[in-house]
Amino acid sequence: MARSRFVNDTGLTVRMTSVMFLLGALFVGIVVSLMYAFPDYGLLFAIGGIGVAVYQWWSSDKVAMRAMRAREVTPEEAPELHGVIDRLCALADMPKPRVGIADNSMPNAFATGRSPSRSVVCVTTGILQTLDAEELEAVLAHELSHVAHRDVLVMTIASSAGIVAGLLTRTAQFGGYGAARRSGNGGGAPAYLIALVVSLVVYAISFFLTRLLSRYRELCADRSGAYLTMKPAALASALQKISGELNTIPARDLRASSAMNAFFIAPAVRSVDLRTLTATHPSLEQRLEQLARIQAELSRPTG
Amino acid sequence: MGLWESLTGRSRAKAPDLDNLFLVPSAAITLETGLGLGPTGTGSVCFRAPVGAAYDQVQSDVLALLGTDSTPAVEVTRDSFGFTWLVVSGDPADTGALCTDLHAVNSTLAEQGFDGGLLCTLVPFADAGGRRVGLVYLYKQGTFYPFAPQPGGAQRRESLLEISVRDALSAELPMEDDRQRWLAVWGAPGL
Repeated sequence: MARSRFVNDTGLTVRMTSVMFLLGALFVGIVVSLMYAFPDYGLLFAIGGIGVAVYQWWSSDKVAMRAMRAREVTPEEAPELHGVIDRLCALADMPKPRVGIADNSMPNAFATGRSPSRSVVCVTTGILQTLDAEELEAVLAHELSHVAHRDVLVMTIASSAGIVAGLLTRTAQFGGYGAARRSGNGGGAPAYLIALVVSLVVYAISFFLTRLLSRYRELCADRSGAYLTMKPAALASALQKISGELNTIPARDLRASSAMNAFFIAPAVRSVDLRTLTATHPSLEQRLEQLARIQAELSRPTG
Repeated sequence: MGLWESLTGRSRAKAPDLDNLFLVPSAAITLETGLGLGPTGTGSVCFRAPVGAAYDQVQSDVLALLGTDSTPAVEVTRDSFGFTWLVVSGDPADTGALCTDLHAVNSTLAEQGFDGGLLCTLVPFADAGGRRVGLVYLYKQGTFYPFAPQPGGAQRRESLLEISVRDALSAELPMEDDRQRWLAVWGAPGL
């Protein structure tokens, strides 16, 4: 039997699946408590939340391309980029995604889309100037791993509890005013107040859990990407270059693209407080350590 | 990729399907009689070689394996996409021996855990007029496709020749249906 050089990180898998389980439980919890508190509209909120999530997932490629002002490029316009992606897709046996370039000096890349066959991989002109061919290939392999793992779908489902809680907060505010006015002395207000508090708490918990999940998904994409190119070192040097550059870019550019942070290869905004808890991406040290383990496994001679 | 693999984010490298390589010798005869394209005696394996002691060991193993009988000469080159081409050249009349050698290279790499890095195997054919076609085998898909660059160095393909090769071989080889997967390998050794 052929040996496998796959680094089987059981701890990561266990942590990730438990976070996903907790997020699922949170969603079920808020929907069930809604149905108890408001038997009339409880289900409406759940359906509304799922509807918003489905819409986000369904139109993710178009929305992301528009948000980044990216345009799709043909193989004739960008032969090298297409050549690299063609080879990676043949190696991974996956359908080729569409390729986009965003005219943005910030070095970054993202992948999005509703399914592997309807996805788009986009790089900025900044990353094309910053990285050499080998590093760019490593970044593209990381993005293709996001596509293969259906990370847009996973993250959208994961955020549905947060979406329901967000909807509820909005409605509880307006509904609370309306009910207070109708009943005169505020008889209906406490129920809405409780709903407001519950939804804020659920929103907060789901916020931290989705960020945690996002960091785990990044580590998984790093791992699969490194195995695809067989060059963990190229991804490591690309990550170092990108995060080094991001710190030196003026703040105005960074804020302008904050809408897309969850799908980038490296986050463009650095939150100073609670940084480790709210980051969408794992720390550079963590990512480099994982890549070093993969490198060691790939280069270990057999007896 | 299954649901569980998506959820846990573990896309393992797909295992290559090497057996179809042994169908090439009979296809070579069909190409020779039908289209006048004869084997050139060379063949190459394209793969992504990892950096490190493990791969160096495998490469010297492969070179030793093929070097034992004096006929095949082996050459290792790198292309601009960072892929390694291992070129085996032998007797143009004996495509069977060539395919056995190519299969040995592939299975040695796969046994050592580098099966994820195997991209394709290319067997070039040429006709009397100098036209060249490469028969490319994609391991991960298990299918073949023809690649015919126009002579002269301009990166253009002879699509009609490629289609006629596909039609000639579709009865005996699993040909790739999706034209998107007909990867251009410009400057591949032997073309």
